[in-house]
Amino acid sequence: MTTLLEVEDLRVEFLTDAGPARPAVNGVDLRLGAGETLALLGESGSGKSVTSRALMGLVDFPGVVRGSIRFDGTELVDAPDRTLRRVRGTGIGMVFQDSLDSLNPVYTVGAQLTEALQVRMGMTRADARSRSVELLEAVGIVDAEQRVDAYPHQFSGGMRQRVCIAMAVALRPRLLIADEPTTALDVTVQAGILRLLRGLTEDTGMAMVFVTHDLAVAKQVAERVMVMFDGRAVEEGSIGNVFAAPSHPYTRRLLSAHPGRARHWRDLTKGEARDDDGEETHRAG
Amino acid sequence: MWTFLRRRLLTSGISLVGVVVVVFFLARITGSPASLYLPESATQEQIDQFNRLNGLDDPVLVQFWNFLVGAVRLDFGDSIWQRRPALEVALSAMPPTLSLAGIALALSIVIALVAGSVAALFRFRGPDRVISVTTLTISSIPDFWFALVGILVLAVNLRVLPTSGYATPEAWILPTATLMLAPVGVLTQVVRGAMIDALGAGFVQNARARGYGRVRLVARHALRNAALPIVSVAGDRAAGMVNGSIIVGSVFAFPGIGTVILGAVLNRDFSVIQASVFVVGVGVILVNIVVDAVYALIDPRVRLGAGRSS
Ligand SMILES: Nc1ncnc2c1ncn2[C@@H]1O[C@H](COP(=O)(O)OP(=O)(O)OP(=O)(O)O)[C@@H](O)[C@H]1O
Ligand SMILES: [Mg+2]
Repeated sequence: MTTLLEVEDLRVEFLTDAGPARPAVNGVDLRLGAGETLALLGESGSGKSVTSRALMGLVDFPGVVRGSIRFDGTELVDAPDRTLRRVRGTGIGMVFQDSLDSLNPVYTVGAQLTEALQVRMGMTRADARSRSVELLEAVGIVDAEQRVDAYPHQFSGGMRQRVCIAMAVALRPRLLIADEPTTALDVTVQAGILRLLRGLTEDTGMAMVFVTHDLAVAKQVAERVMVMFDGRAVEEGSIGNVFAAPSHPYTRRLLSAHPGRARHWRDLTKGEARDDDGEETHRAG
Repeated sequence: MWTFLRRRLLTSGISLVGVVVVVFFLARITGSPASLYLPESATQEQIDQFNRLNGLDDPVLVQFWNFLVGAVRLDFGDSIWQRRPALEVALSAMPPTLSLAGIALALSIVIALVAGSVAALFRFRGPDRVISVTTLTISSIPDFWFALVGILVLAVNLRVLPTSGYATPEAWILPTATLMLAPVGVLTQVVRGAMIDALGAGFVQNARARGYGRVRLVARHALRNAALPIVSVAGDRAAGMVNGSIIVGSVFAFPGIGTVILGAVLNRDFSVIQASVFVVGVGVILVNIVVDAVYALIDPRVRLGAGRSS
């Protein structure tokens, strides 16, 4: 498997008037192959979102990023704006944690999709328009032909999240970062979106970093997991191995804190032992 | 949208009537015109005759009724001082006021858009600090003080600008600058705040994550959302220009509704006071309607009459 993303010793600090605050990301290493899906797990405030934004070069002043992020051989830390703009969207796509705010309220959903296709894929207006309808259909929006001219506030939360996914995959990124894309949604909608993402990675060979704090969700979409705690990657490996033998106290707490979930998770793994492909569980960071 | 407009028209109509009524009685508290227009040696007969001629001999409530009946037909009576219809006096003062206010507001908006956007892009850094301190300082200068100092320095001492008048372009410079003082500062801060909000909003970060350039992000994605608070404050400031027009009228003798109101108050010219207040009130209502229309144009959530659905 060729390496698509290689992160070494990633550190992110937010400067304050009183000097640098405690680092939000504190020495994370990460390697992801083309087409591979990694679940990024961790409690609230552990640095999952900051890590995701850093991968896209979206950490702004007063945030400071150090270390190395190589995407497809290109260094992204401290890269010129031009390089980052080329990678964003078409190289690495992103679905943000708060999707309710992710679409521009003053433009129709179709206008925003077509804009992306025209500006970043060089499509003609007509092509971009019909492609937009196809994309909305692909993410499961019924009546896409009509809905393409609706404004974001005319969609429900779950539908807006689907539009955001359509928007991200429209540019055919080689890596999709999905930051808790289902946290705000109810369980049935969540299941649909997970299936959708899973299908997209299988069909297009897109790699994915899937951020969540839900073990069951991680299990559904990913083969590998990285657990973050207080800005560090405390554990990394195949999902089966990591949770069969959690080595970090936080991971153990995570499993025991939700006995229902843990049992549910054990049930899931029991039937799918072959998912545990023997990849070594090791501590990272 | 249309019911919204109707309701808006109704409520503003009610407040307009209220203001005109209050002004009717307030004006009469300033004293009797007779004592101003007749010599001190005037006999009681002369005073009675003057009052009868100008309809001031009736009881106040009768005067008020006559005023209302006339006002409905847009007849505010004649100016005691100028001997022509009061409404005509008020309306003829509007063109210079509207031009001056329009120029001052347009310049303020342009400057505020540029300065506020730059401040937002360089938030908390050098350019932002400089712009914020400068505009806050400017907006806290009292306009009458600025007008007087402006005349003293530029017109009297340096003699680069005329002290008064409005016939030459130079004569417009100080009045325009005086009117711009308050709006420039406030609008720059509003643009800065609105732009910071818009640039930090999820949808702009999202657009950025699609690889769009800075110009596209600011001009297409942030600005239109930032425009809402800017438009509403600008509308507010447009209405406030009447105050500025009074200062500018009295300090620079710049003709306009300000000078007319000031003159009418000093001359106890009741009908002109009432007609002017009416004209200004209608102007403010029109500005508000334009603001609402622009809102609807910019934001589909206003136009389609819906909040967030889910
Ligand atoms: N713009 C910022 N300025 C200062 N500190 C920040 C900023 N963004 C994030 N942080 C800090 O970085 C740390 C990690 O935050 P992050 O959003 O990555 O957590 P998370 O793992 O995504 O949590 P959640 O599950 O709640 O989304 C937190 O302590 C947070 O306060
Ligand atoms: Mg997060």
